[in-house]
Amino acid sequence: MTTKTMVESIRECLRQEMEVDDSVLVIGEDVGALGGVFRATDGLLAQFGSDRVVDMPLAEGVIVGSGIGLALSGMRPVIEIQFLGFGHQAFHQIGQQAARIHFRSQGRFRVPLVIRAPFGGGVRTPELHSDAFEAFYTHTPGLKVVAPSTAYDAKGLLAEAIASDDPVLYLEPLKGYRLTRDEVPDERYRVPFGKARVAREGTDVTLIAWSAAAVTAERAAEALEESGLSVEVVDLRSLVPLDVDTISASVAKTGRAAVLHEAPLTGGFGAEVVATIQQECFYSLQAPIHRITSPDTPYPLAGVEDMYIPDVDRVVAELSELMAVAP
Amino acid sequence: MTDFRFVPSPEPVEPFTLLAVDGTLAVEQPPLSDAEVVEALRYMMLTRVFDEKATSLQRQGRFGTFSSVRGQEASVVGAASALDPGKDWIVPQYRELPALVRHGLPIENFALYFMGHPKGGVIPEDVNVLPIQISLAAQLPQAVGLAWGLSKQGGDGVVITFFGDGASSEGDFHESLNLAGLIKAPVIFFLQNNGWAISTPRSAQSAARTLAERAPGYGIEGVIVDGNDLMAVHQVTAEAVAKARAGGGPTLVESLTWRTGAHNTADDPTRYVNPADAEPWVERDPVLRVERYLRGKDAWDDSAAKELQEECAIEVDRALRVARETPAATAAALFEHVYVDPPERLIAQQQTWTRNQKRA
Repeated sequence: MTTKTMVESIRECLRQEMEVDDSVLVIGEDVGALGGVFRATDGLLAQFGSDRVVDMPLAEGVIVGSGIGLALSGMRPVIEIQFLGFGHQAFHQIGQQAARIHFRSQGRFRVPLVIRAPFGGGVRTPELHSDAFEAFYTHTPGLKVVAPSTAYDAKGLLAEAIASDDPVLYLEPLKGYRLTRDEVPDERYRVPFGKARVAREGTDVTLIAWSAAAVTAERAAEALEESGLSVEVVDLRSLVPLDVDTISASVAKTGRAAVLHEAPLTGGFGAEVVATIQQECFYSLQAPIHRITSPDTPYPLAGVEDMYIPDVDRVVAELSELMAVAP
Repeated sequence: MTDFRFVPSPEPVEPFTLLAVDGTLAVEQPPLSDAEVVEALRYMMLTRVFDEKATSLQRQGRFGTFSSVRGQEASVVGAASALDPGKDWIVPQYRELPALVRHGLPIENFALYFMGHPKGGVIPEDVNVLPIQISLAAQLPQAVGLAWGLSKQGGDGVVITFFGDGASSEGDFHESLNLAGLIKAPVIFFLQNNGWAISTPRSAQSAARTLAERAPGYGIEGVIVDGNDLMAVHQVTAEAVAKARAGGGPTLVESLTWRTGAHNTADDPTRYVNPADAEPWVERDPVLRVERYLRGKDAWDDSAAKELQEECAIEVDRALRVARETPAATAAALFEHVYVDPPERLIAQQQTWTRNQKRA
């Protein structure tokens, strides 16, 4: 057991999975000599060679599309899309192709493909690097969508994604790559999809989040504890599949809920969580469910991004408002 | 250097032809034996019969919208005849029925697909064919990756992917040829230039004089072939396959042909095809040309033609009967094979749907 940042645990996972399975290979832009723009693939080229760590031309469509072909040929490609904002140029290959081939071929073909993509804001990137587009992909039958918030989960969920015979979009928070250090086992392990993590137990209100927002949620919960409010934080880990049971159990206990995400409000994955809660926990609810999100505007330039992404202060204010509703 | 000069444009190349319209062969040694030509003619006739019968059924409301191969039989069969179904793969678009049948796909599966039955997507385990592609050119990146993966794993199988002049305008075309050139993928990009993308003529797709001349821009070889000439298409494709198998990388084949019929059964080409443009292609009919060749060698006559026609009709009727008699799909078909490992809420949805269907 060693403490590691998220990017270190992702790199360790890739290395270990490549060591045990020759069919695993990494393809993407700048993944070789540079080791990826965030260094997630650092050292892999030296260890595994250019047959298994492949720098690709700048063409997201054929990076994903050829990844599908590699998967169909019997390999297990792990693709790096440099930023999820560039994933639109591969959108058709992800949504219409990778996610549907198993269905369209009535089970003949499987696409064991992992698409890793950094997403979300908070690190002062240039334009179009920071959007949280997860909802486009959760609306895509056939695809699984995973969004870890801790270094421990990042390693275990990536191992699970590589082992999955379904295509997986694995979202990595830009801000979370080096935000915290966790205790991470040195050996291989897996974290199953569809099992949310109760990041912090509480009794007054449930706050649901994923990826970097789950860290914000925990910090807000800490801040609120000082004012006597007990917040239960549920980190979803995977959006598809969704762990309805953990969400429901928590809200049934607390009677109040809010969902927190970086993406804009309308049509965000928070809406799916809210709809699920009202259906599963309607009679436990003591107040309307809040959505704490970015506004329905494009991701802004870096100078104003702190006003855009929900921060601890906003979460504290929203939850205080939510608690003020009489049961 | 004070001057610059523009990159020179390649000289236009005439399409490669072996078999003249009158059925005479330009070379002493035919690339296909008489038996192989008859075999190819069988696939050409089979798809022509299928197209006629399926169109008729479509008019009666018993078959879905589909795209006929008519006019392009030599192009599709000539290409397919260069492949080894045991190790080579076809990554199709949707207008290549005879190639898929030669590779082992049951005709009834193809029919079921266009009848809207989920079982139409089934490809038997030992048949090296990917599902039909509807999103134009989206299959090209997959073909490159499949070819790449086969060679990475030490195989010598090659991949052929079919698409048209319209699809060659898509971004996936560019990205795929670019990557294939870089990695020397054993893939043949078989571009059927049939003159039309629904109603958009080839001249409105690109200012390039030929589509094959784009190949050198990707560091790969391109070739133009008379797509209504079975012999020429076979030879060109066979050489591209041999090159790919030997590690020589990809080839772009532009097969010049003509879509004799409509884009599909919902289309009306009289709104946009000038009859004078279509007229010369009647004489260039690929099936007639092969028959003339065989007749010239006394290897074919009216009774052989009639016999083949009847044999094909029996086979197509059998396939269409099997398709019609396939039990209707149930609501379970909506859910099966969406995931290898389905999420719990999808399993719950399936139970709900199945229950509701029983009530209905």
